[in-house]
Amino acid sequence: MPPEVMMITGTRKGIGRYLVDHYLARGYVVAGCSRDPFDGPLPENYHHYIADVADEKAMITMIRDIKRKLGGISVLINNAGIASMNHLVLTPMSTVQRIFSTNVFGSFIAMREVAKIMMPAKYGRIVNFATVATPLNLEGEAVYAASKAAVESFTRVAARELAPFNITVNAVGPTPVMTDLIRTVPKHKMDALIGTQAIKRLGEHRDIANAIDFLIARESDFITGQTIFLGGIS
Amino acid sequence: MNNKAFELVKSAIEELAAELGYDQLRKVTAETPLFGGEQGVDSLTLVRLIADIERLAEDTFGKQIVLADELAMSRRSSPFRTVGSLSELLQEQIGAANAA
Repeated sequence: MPPEVMMITGTRKGIGRYLVDHYLARGYVVAGCSRDPFDGPLPENYHHYIADVADEKAMITMIRDIKRKLGGISVLINNAGIASMNHLVLTPMSTVQRIFSTNVFGSFIAMREVAKIMMPAKYGRIVNFATVATPLNLEGEAVYAASKAAVESFTRVAARELAPFNITVNAVGPTPVMTDLIRTVPKHKMDALIGTQAIKRLGEHRDIANAIDFLIARESDFITGQTIFLGGIS
Repeated sequence: MNNKAFELVKSAIEELAAELGYDQLRKVTAETPLFGGEQGVDSLTLVRLIADIERLAEDTFGKQIVLADELAMSRRSSPFRTVGSLSELLQEQIGAANAA
C-alpha cells in the first residue's frame, strides 16, 4: 500500500511544525503550508507550500497540486490558527476579521476543497483545531473563543454531511501549550487557567499529537463530530 | 451549448451513473433532469458529481473551477437542474477563468 498523504496547515512553527515530524516518522507523506517559507531544509517526504489559509485561490491551487503530485489526501489537519488576547472593547474590527479569516474561513476552505478529493476515494480523516478557551469562556479571548466555537459547530455539521463518504470530521481542543500564541499571557493568568484543568500542567505537543493519532486511526471510523478537549476540560 | 463542456459533464455523469445507482443517468441529454425535481439525484450524489466535474475540468482545460461560486448560487433558477444547465455553468466558469 502506498504511504498515506496528510495535509497540515500552519506548519512553519509550533504545533504544526511538530506534527510534520511526528507524522513523517509514522510513514506519512506530508504536505504543509504557511504564509512564510519553511525554516531550514525540507525533511524527506515533506512538501511545503507558501499559502495563506484565508486565501481561497491560493488554497485551491495548493490542494489541487497536492492531489496531482501526491495522488490524493487522506488526512487533513486544520492546524493554522491565530489568536489575539484583548478586552472586546479594545479589539479593533480588523483583528476580528483577521482571526475569523484564518481560524474559520481558512478551515472551511481547506475542508471544502480536500473533501472534494476525499469523496471519490470514499475515505478521509479531518481534524480541526478548537480550544479550551471556548468552554472556559476565557475573558480577553472573546473573539478567539468565538472563532473556535464556530469551528466546533462546523465540525459537528460537516461530520454529518461527509459521513456518507466515510470521511470523519473531529476536533481537538488543546489547553495552553508553550507556543507563540500564549507567550504574551501574564504568568498569573496562565496559572489561573491551568488551575481550572483537571490535570494541572501546560499541554505539550505530544498531547495534541496523541489525540490526533486516535482521531485519524483507520479504526476510528465510528468517531465523528467530536471535540476532544485536553487536560480534563469539558 | 459548448460541446466540450457538455461532453465533459455528460461523461462525468455517465461514468458515475453505475456507481451511484442511477440507471436513468447512464445515457443523458442536455434535457435530462439532474437535481431539484422528483427524477433528479439526491444532494450527496450532486456534491460527488460536482467534485468530479471540477477535477475533470481542470484535467481537460487546465483551469481551476469552483462550480458552486457566488454567481452560480445566487441565480434565480438553479444551474444544477439539468445536465444542460450544469454544462452551461461549466462553460461560463471556464470562460471566466480564461478571461482572468
